[in-house]
Amino acid sequence: MGDLHAAITAALGLILAVDPAVMAIVGLSLRVSLSAVLIAALVGLPLGALLAVTRFPGRQSAIVALNALMGLPPVVAGLLIYLLLSRSGPLGPLGLLFTPTAMVIAQAVLIAPILAALTREALSGLWEEYAEQLRSFGAGPLRAVPTLLWDGRFALLTVLLAGFGRASAEVGAVMIVGGNIEGFTRVMTTAIALETSKGDLPLALALGLVLMAIVVAVNALAQALRGAASRWAG
Amino acid sequence: MRAPDTILPLLVEALRFAAGGVEILHGVSFSIEAGQPTVVIGPNGAGKSVLLRLLHGLLPPGGGAVRWAAAPDRAAARQAMVFQRPVLLRRSVAANVAYPLALAGIAPRERARRAEEALDLVGLAALAERPARRLSGGEQQRLALARAAALRPEVLFLDEPCASLDPSATRTVEEIVAALARRGTKIVMTTHDIGQARRLAGEVIFLHRGRVLEHAPAPRFFAAPEAPEAAAFLQGDLVW
Repeated sequence: MGDLHAAITAALGLILAVDPAVMAIVGLSLRVSLSAVLIAALVGLPLGALLAVTRFPGRQSAIVALNALMGLPPVVAGLLIYLLLSRSGPLGPLGLLFTPTAMVIAQAVLIAPILAALTREALSGLWEEYAEQLRSFGAGPLRAVPTLLWDGRFALLTVLLAGFGRASAEVGAVMIVGGNIEGFTRVMTTAIALETSKGDLPLALALGLVLMAIVVAVNALAQALRGAASRWAG
Repeated sequence: MRAPDTILPLLVEALRFAAGGVEILHGVSFSIEAGQPTVVIGPNGAGKSVLLRLLHGLLPPGGGAVRWAAAPDRAAARQAMVFQRPVLLRRSVAANVAYPLALAGIAPRERARRAEEALDLVGLAALAERPARRLSGGEQQRLALARAAALRPEVLFLDEPCASLDPSATRTVEEIVAALARRGTKIVMTTHDIGQARRLAGEVIFLHRGRVLEHAPAPRFFAAPEAPEAAAFLQGDLVW
């Protein structure tokens, strides 16, 4: 009990003192996860929108595969990227393994299917509503993609936040391809894992609290967006 | 005036349509010329909405043909349609009007000008910056009309445009439709409201159970309908 109390006090001390080591770790976490969301969004959003508007043989299987990929375990995503980037791997010569770039790639691979699946779900209802009117205007499914992405913007911001939440909270992928190197590839989740096993509870707790605060903030933002959306969309 | 590039007359030949094994249109034939509004009336389930969608090209014919006096892509570009329930984009009122104009390749400045003009026509100019989906039902349908009118179509299809509106909103929409008709837009609309057909129609197509039972100038149709089903419909009897 006394240990826990001391650990919490020390953790709050680290946060309130804006400890540079803590802030560096938080900063790298945000940088990696935000970059991953951005890259995953560039692929996942148009892909999800395309799946919402097109009808082709095998579409159902594609949707099933995508939904299954939503549950891709982070360690498996990490392993795949590790195999690609390791010295003997096809992308080995790029020398990206154990760099923040590798972590961004791994997280992007992890969440792109999530963004695509959630986007498809969010936009297919909208497409059902719009399809006939857009065809009357002479716009086919392909032209509808940018329209749906814009008109579904509030729902898609929530999708992006879900992707960011998943990226910032995962530990397996960044651990494998980043290596948890202090001052270089150490992010919140890998630091928490390491410090806990080392017994440095104050640092682990401090990072845990920051991570929780970020998750809560992201969810509050998602909630606020839903409110704004219903005010707009009626 | 625009005779050289007109898409009318529209010739409909033995047009059939079935969905899920149910025959909805049993080979209807008629032609639609430029001029006063053509109003398709008939009881619910007669096939009015399906007919309009076939004419506008939203459904593929199950047989027969819809022939415009112009190439299909030209014909498509010169028609517009307003649906019973307006489909409004999640954008401002003005952006809703500008959207199809952008698709049609009209330059931004001209788009803004036309949007303003169309919103004036339907009395929504003051609401231009409002989110479209926050408008009342009547305002939403007026916006849908403005959006279609801004395209300056030669033929405007209206599918039961007042079916979910109250009497005062219905009156406003009818005034707008009449104004568009006076400006030379060919109106082709469906309704099951006989009063509305009387107020707007130049000619009437009476559709009953997927067949055209009568196609006549409005005065003659309302004074002395030839088909017994049409007479019964006008007297308010339920004909099915």
